[in-house]
Amino acid sequence: MREITIGQFYPADSVLHRLDPRVKLVGTFAFLVSLFVGSGIVAYAIATVFLAIVIKLSKVPFKMIMKGLKAIIIVLLITVSFNLFLTDGEIIFKLGFLKITKEGVSIAFFMALRLIYLVIGASLMTLTTTPNDLTDGLESVLGPLKKIKVPVHEIAMMMSIALRFIPILMEETDRIMKAQKARGADFESGNLIDKAKAMVPLLVPLFISAFRRANDLAMAMEARCYRGGEGRTKMKPLHYEQRDRNAYMILVAYLVIMIVAGRIF
Amino acid sequence: MSIKLENVNFTYSPTTAYEIHALKNINLEIRDGEFIGLIGHTGSGKSTLVQHLNGLMKATSGTIYYNGENIYAEGYSMKDLRSKVGLVFQYPEHQLFEVDVLADVCFGPKNQGLSKEEAEERAKRALSMVGLREKYYKQSPFELSGGQKRRVAIAGVLAMEPDVLILDEPTAGLDPKGRDEILEQIKKLHEENHITIILVSHSMEDVAKYVGRIIVMNQGEAMFDGTPKEVFSHYKELEQVGLAAPQVTYIMNALAEKGFGVSTDATTIEEATEEIFRVYQKRQVR
Repeated sequence: MREITIGQFYPADSVLHRLDPRVKLVGTFAFLVSLFVGSGIVAYAIATVFLAIVIKLSKVPFKMIMKGLKAIIIVLLITVSFNLFLTDGEIIFKLGFLKITKEGVSIAFFMALRLIYLVIGASLMTLTTTPNDLTDGLESVLGPLKKIKVPVHEIAMMMSIALRFIPILMEETDRIMKAQKARGADFESGNLIDKAKAMVPLLVPLFISAFRRANDLAMAMEARCYRGGEGRTKMKPLHYEQRDRNAYMILVAYLVIMIVAGRIF
Repeated sequence: MSIKLENVNFTYSPTTAYEIHALKNINLEIRDGEFIGLIGHTGSGKSTLVQHLNGLMKATSGTIYYNGENIYAEGYSMKDLRSKVGLVFQYPEHQLFEVDVLADVCFGPKNQGLSKEEAEERAKRALSMVGLREKYYKQSPFELSGGQKRRVAIAGVLAMEPDVLILDEPTAGLDPKGRDEILEQIKKLHEENHITIILVSHSMEDVAKYVGRIIVMNQGEAMFDGTPKEVFSHYKELEQVGLAAPQVTYIMNALAEKGFGVSTDATTIEEATEEIFRVYQKRQVR
């Protein structure tokens, strides 16, 4: 449970860390789109190279990025097996109603790759962007939606609070677990029902503490006159630098290459 | 009956950017019936150390013996160890979860495999030991005051009838009255029930009055280990690491420096009063 890296910031001094959060948000979205418009070996090879360069630039240890994948292993397995066994086409292997087709293998492979790259891309963004920057960026990128009455500021605020609370609640879980273990609680042995029952002494205090923290936070925000996004100014307004413009150009070039590669090959 | 630590080391997240060497070569022996104060400021490793004593954390290297048995030996039951060495965490009231006070205190004894009746009997005994009145037994623990919640949580560990009781900052966040009450109850437990007590704290003042031995932790090392008098005589070194001796130590040292001829041994206000009075009387006689 402590291995979830989505939403965790890794402090380092790299080009990626210094980029404007809006660039990183748009970049992540562009990368996501590129994975769906680009298809075939060549496009994916380009995406792989692009991702590898970005990882290298980020100075985040590779292990740290890989940890984020642990969270999606089950989803990954289900997707792969569905695509592998249930795709019609040229049969290469058959066992009862299960059959593996050539098309199935290729779809399953690319689907898995797509999911893995997606998660790596997303966790790269959160690993290199502080939650504060991320919220500011999100608010700014989604800004136009305010015109159609979307509560952009509130959504951004909720997101940043949620992200901020992940490590806190993780720590809290660890602490309560230890406290109950000290009282002889057993979280490991027994069947599924026993295990579910054993979670009660963990979950009840955890929920109570989450509510208490939420209450405290709300109080602290009100004490500082927080009243939502209307008319709120920023201490550090975002502004683009030359490197951000360069990054946008690289992104556009990458997207074009991916679309072209997807069409031709 | 003792806990013995030999060359215990512990490192948080080794080989990563967040690596912290939290315990460095700790050698300690905690004998039966001692009342120990474990002191150090935030991040000194004191909480990490106590979590080793009941096996919640495993030392990166080194050995811990409980009653002569290696707790890391294969087949050693951590569950038994945890019922012998009770650990009350910081803000223990955050672990309460049951519908009423009695049921919550029963959680520990029930995990030890006792019947409902036995568990309740022990729970009631533990609750009376921490001085919680019977009218609260059937109340929800969440409706109690902060001090009462803490008592319930301490009772929850006491009900397991441990031989050693470790309390991590039991007075954090309590008002002076609540703090004194809790410390007095702990003292009573030590005197009447002969439980070995380890009191973790960052306040010398709290600890000086009660304990017979003080262990000072600093940056993962046991810096001083001795009686309060011995440890407080190093008050200048203590200051350098961000800790302070009790105020009386300063007064007595200042008086001695001015040539009043007082001994600087006093660790509590009562002792200091007595000592000053003694010197004063001697002067009048002269």
